[in-house]
Amino acid sequence: MTSPLQPVSDHLVSALVRDEPRVLTRITSLFGRRGYNIKSLSVGATEMPGVSRMTFVVSGDRGVVEQAMKQLDKLHDVVKIIDHSLEKYVDRELVLVKVRVENTERRIEIRQMAEDFRARIVDAGHHALTFEVTGDEGKITAFIEQMRTFGILETMRTGRIALTRGSNADIPSHIYHDGETETLQPVLQSAPREGKAREVNNMF
Amino acid sequence: MTGAKALWATLAAHGISTVFGYPGGAIMPVYDALTYYPEVRHVLARHEQGAIHAAEGWAKATGEIGVCIATSGPGATNLVTGLADAMMDNVPLLAITGNVARHLMGTDAFQEADITGITLPITKHNYVVTDPNELPAIVAEAIRIARSGRPGPVLVDIPKDVQLAAFTGKLVKPQAAPEAISPRPEAIHAACELLKTAKKPVLMVGGGSQGASKEITEFARAWQIPTITTLMGLGAFPASDPLWLGMPGMHGSVAANHAISQADVLIGFGLRFDDRVTGRVKDFAPNAQIIHVDLDAAEIGKIVRAHLPVKSDAKQAAVALTDGAVPFEVPEWQAQIDEWKMRGEHPTTWGAAQAVRQVVARLRPDDILTTDVGQHQMLAAQLARFEKPRRWLTSGGLGTMGFGFPAALGAAMAEPGVQSIVIAGDGGFQMTSQELATLTKYDIRNCKICIINNSYLGMVRQWQELFHEKRYSEVYLGDSNPDFLKLADAYNIKGWRADNSADLETAIDAWLSHDGSGLLEVVVPNEHGVFPMVPAGAALYEMIENEPVKVPDLGDKMNVMASAANTEISTEASQ
Ligand SMILES: Cc1ncc(C[n+]2csc(CCOP(=O)(O)OP(=O)(O)O)c2C)c(N)n1
Repeated sequence: MTSPLQPVSDHLVSALVRDEPRVLTRITSLFGRRGYNIKSLSVGATEMPGVSRMTFVVSGDRGVVEQAMKQLDKLHDVVKIIDHSLEKYVDRELVLVKVRVENTERRIEIRQMAEDFRARIVDAGHHALTFEVTGDEGKITAFIEQMRTFGILETMRTGRIALTRGSNADIPSHIYHDGETETLQPVLQSAPREGKAREVNNMF
Repeated sequence: MTGAKALWATLAAHGISTVFGYPGGAIMPVYDALTYYPEVRHVLARHEQGAIHAAEGWAKATGEIGVCIATSGPGATNLVTGLADAMMDNVPLLAITGNVARHLMGTDAFQEADITGITLPITKHNYVVTDPNELPAIVAEAIRIARSGRPGPVLVDIPKDVQLAAFTGKLVKPQAAPEAISPRPEAIHAACELLKTAKKPVLMVGGGSQGASKEITEFARAWQIPTITTLMGLGAFPASDPLWLGMPGMHGSVAANHAISQADVLIGFGLRFDDRVTGRVKDFAPNAQIIHVDLDAAEIGKIVRAHLPVKSDAKQAAVALTDGAVPFEVPEWQAQIDEWKMRGEHPTTWGAAQAVRQVVARLRPDDILTTDVGQHQMLAAQLARFEKPRRWLTSGGLGTMGFGFPAALGAAMAEPGVQSIVIAGDGGFQMTSQELATLTKYDIRNCKICIINNSYLGMVRQWQELFHEKRYSEVYLGDSNPDFLKLADAYNIKGWRADNSADLETAIDAWLSHDGSGLLEVVVPNEHGVFPMVPAGAALYEMIENEPVKVPDLGDKMNVMASAANTEISTEASQ
């Protein structure tokens, strides 16, 4: 549903998924088939065995994103969808930036700039410095823009990751009896499959 | 006990009485174990596509899960069309495939195919069983997933060594069906309030309503709302009810399409607003406030904006809406609809429409009608009058040629006391005609086949006629069709042929009263079209109501060829 009235923007969405074979393929193939545009995707294990967490940045209007979330929510592997726009959240991204260093003067200038961004040097060569920066999207974009003036050789970004702020966990891990794989199964089965996607449509 | 036995034990525990399949190397342990489970009947098809469509026919007719089995590699890939079909039409289906042994998986071993990878987008879920002890739990879960919510196909791939391995786990009991989703009272209240304001209400009933026919009919009657059934929803509302106005969409009725275009409130039940139903989306129901009832939240607002979304099981929502009914009448609207209903009747001259009309006129309320895909399918959908749900089985979503006959066969096995009639085209029938062997092998007596032979891939020909200036590219079959009666005879099946209305009547009598399956070939003129028709990309109100008058255009070489071919055929036919 693309409507010219709704602005196209980026949406931050997380999904808790069962750690099963092909889950990543399942999800990316769903995005691909339906033509949703994923701008970034990061996946990692959670504190709960058997459950991974993915964070997507999906671009499109509100309707497209809602549809993407509803389609995701139907997958058996997806335990819960979290739409970060509905609550306060923290998000971070890690980026590695390799910058060209022409001479000593430049080196000082670059290091100065990096300090302002709290970027860490993770590798230093004769003609290049590699920085590590973590932060929200704005900070990272700003850092890259600053470094551009010196000449960026390479960058690599991890994609954004996010958690809801405050003490509310998306699925409180104590119900998983942390660590016991066997106990996970029944809990996953009874885990609330009601994602926030459904709450978006509060008319239902 | 082996993994293979654990599989049968689990299927039997789930009350699965019949499976359709085809053996092969990688599923042999399962076939071997089958001999220990006489309570499960295995039906040997002649092609895995036949097996899976038969399982779909079983499921569509009964509402229960259909099960099919295939070997690895080529056997498994032959299931692909049926899985995609079941996915589109929400058919609860369990497909079991063998695979090469675990240590060979991923090595391009003989007859290996990554069937879980291949079927990822066309199954509700799929599994590879890597531990024999998990087999019963996986199969039980697969069955639950296939049946629950919006039903669909689930595939379980079992490596050969897992089938053979010693099973030391526990068998599992069937999992309880999940509870139906009830609508929110606020949503029902809002829907009732909206309906009360309607001057031109329309109810649209889709395939997701087949299990809620009774409740939806009560709802429509309580509110006196004119009702449209989509291709997939046919039978979910009785055709004899004066409120019924046919099918909407590309080949929908004049009344249904005009009613949608003018409606002020449209309430849709269990339907997904397929592009064949909506026509040009922006002009679909342009004046209507839309209430969309569906248990799949992802369907609501996917294509057509829902002003009032109601996430609910069709049955629960219908009951709640009936409870909210108030005395309600829209006599002017009904009069306008009755006037539309008089229009768009097919001509009664001899042709495919007349042939289909004569066949469907003989349907009794319990009879099952399946079709293939093409002109005959749309004609049957337009002309048949269903009083009950689950009596009309067609490949609505994927539009799969070759579906009709094996589906009828599966339905006939599911309901031996009921007559199962298939109407097929000369093109589609040949895609799965090998299943005639299955009819004979199991002596299925209640499956009757009718082939509407127009010597063409009729529906494609119609589009070429209308949109490609009659360039009939690769659609002519008449020079190489088999003698369908001889084909039937080769399988020991009795056949009849007719090429005019009177003979057809006589042939139908003989065909239907024959004690056993039978094949009726109806030879019809080649160039008839299906109307009304909404051209692709047009709005519903832009439908062409009647067949355009044909202007012979002999200057066109292709046309000369086509008409030469036609003469040949009609002489053949009259012989
Ligand atoms: C497997 C498959 N291949 C191709 C098509 C495209 N197609 C749709 S209708 C049609 C013509 C069907 O011809 P026939 O079976 O003779 O039926 P008729 O339209 O003449 O009634 C074709 C080729 C399809 N739906 N399915």
